[in-house]
Amino acid sequence: MPIFDLSNTPLRELNSALHALSQGANDTEFEVVNPRGSHAVAVGIDSPVTVAVRGSVGYYCAGMNDGGRVTVHGSAGPGVAENMMSGTVVIEGDASQYAGATGRGGLLVIKGNAASRCGISMKGIDIVVHGSIGHMSAFMGQSGHLVVLGDAGDALGDSLYEAKLFVRGEVKSLGSDCIEKEMRPEHLEKLTELLERAGVTGVRPEEFKRYGSARKLYNFNIDNADAY
Amino acid sequence: MCGIVGLFLKDKSLEPELGNLLSDMLITMTDRGPDSAGIAIYGGTAEGRAKITIQSANPSADFEGLAGDLEKAGIKAHVWVKSTHAVIELDASKLADMRETLERIRPAVRLMGSGESVEIYKEIGLPKDVVARFGVRAMSGTHGIGHTRMATESAVTTLGAHPFSTGADQCLVHNGSLSNHNNLRRELVREGMTFETQNDSEVAAAYLTAEMAKGKDLGQALTGALDDLDGFFTFVVGTKSGFGVVRDPIACKPAVMAETDQYVAFGSEYRALVNLPGIEDARVWEPEPATVYFWDHDKAA
Repeated sequence: MPIFDLSNTPLRELNSALHALSQGANDTEFEVVNPRGSHAVAVGIDSPVTVAVRGSVGYYCAGMNDGGRVTVHGSAGPGVAENMMSGTVVIEGDASQYAGATGRGGLLVIKGNAASRCGISMKGIDIVVHGSIGHMSAFMGQSGHLVVLGDAGDALGDSLYEAKLFVRGEVKSLGSDCIEKEMRPEHLEKLTELLERAGVTGVRPEEFKRYGSARKLYNFNIDNADAY
Repeated sequence: MCGIVGLFLKDKSLEPELGNLLSDMLITMTDRGPDSAGIAIYGGTAEGRAKITIQSANPSADFEGLAGDLEKAGIKAHVWVKSTHAVIELDASKLADMRETLERIRPAVRLMGSGESVEIYKEIGLPKDVVARFGVRAMSGTHGIGHTRMATESAVTTLGAHPFSTGADQCLVHNGSLSNHNNLRRELVREGMTFETQNDSEVAAAYLTAEMAKGKDLGQALTGALDDLDGFFTFVVGTKSGFGVVRDPIACKPAVMAETDQYVAFGSEYRALVNLPGIEDARVWEPEPATVYFWDHDKAA
């Protein structure tokens, strides 16, 4: 198992080694120690490798992940798992701003809290936050699921498209065109699956409320013509 | 972009290490802004004494014989020259006299800050060079703040560097940009505040000074800033005994805080905090938007 100590190894060596992996490679378990808040740790993974990061990371950890499983045993700075394509990213601590931004697929699990703009412009990623999320989360979310066991900050789901939002606690306020929606059997089923994949136990899907788009904003409405 | 750091010590045994710890924090933030850097250190107070930090573009001429010239003008003072800056220590009752005298006998020097405990050092250049030039590592103190600048709103000059000080023992560092600073500057000028630059952050510092002069404490002044300042900001502010942090409601300028029994620390990024003692077991969190945080040595005692 390759171990990269970022206190004495340049970050580029780690990321180059991850990018050099080919399908069927034997070294599929990487460990990163002493990340000390480094930026861009394990970005651009494109194979089913497992990476354990022992400590807290800075900006853009596991960005663009395509098929890897990255676990951060600490907290993550802004933009963790930004534009993830597939795979799994788990943050054992908290995540800063815009976690999972623009993500197209895969699963992002944050075991602590996430700050503002979590899941902004999400396009297919599934995000499960064990704690609470900050303001403007899921802004312009297009598809995918955002599941929050705690509370959501101001303007949740502002200008939302078709991302589905599930919040168990309080929502401080909903953004423009975001409304509470009926929880139907297919939603409970999806929620059950996501909670299980995110390692959540002792929480029933019925405890959540579902929020989605009122669909009044994202199609052109002739009555609003004067506003342009 | 800019990088800001702050360290407020609760454990007196760390006080001799303040300059060293703050220097490392600031140097780690160098790639957030390489234009200029500055640091404010609070420490070394003595009953009835005051300090003024001045800066000169021509230190050999301005600082040569300064103590003697001051004595001739009737002010007994100690002068310590540190590169382009000098710290003048004097009887606190002579502080107003000193300002007038300096304007007369050394018109070219610029006032960086004054008060009972603050010393402010700032120059164009990288944090590592600024820290070395002023011997910051050897400084002890109770709390301090630092800034490394990527200029956006005004010129890269010594006076455009942070921290900004507009009142006794008060100073501020800023990451962000204000959009209503011109209007607010006009209002503050009308209230009697004076400005050295066209910089937006200096307006924020002067705003807080003006509000505290009206009787508010630091926490109340920062709460007012949330209503009266428009734009992006993460501020770290120091007073003689206090240390405060506030972010605008959008909170896109980064901020991380850490607290242990020994200290409260602030960094633009977690990287700035990794060398602090006991950081592995510290409570680390991101300050909430539009929320005022402040600590005070006097109030904690």
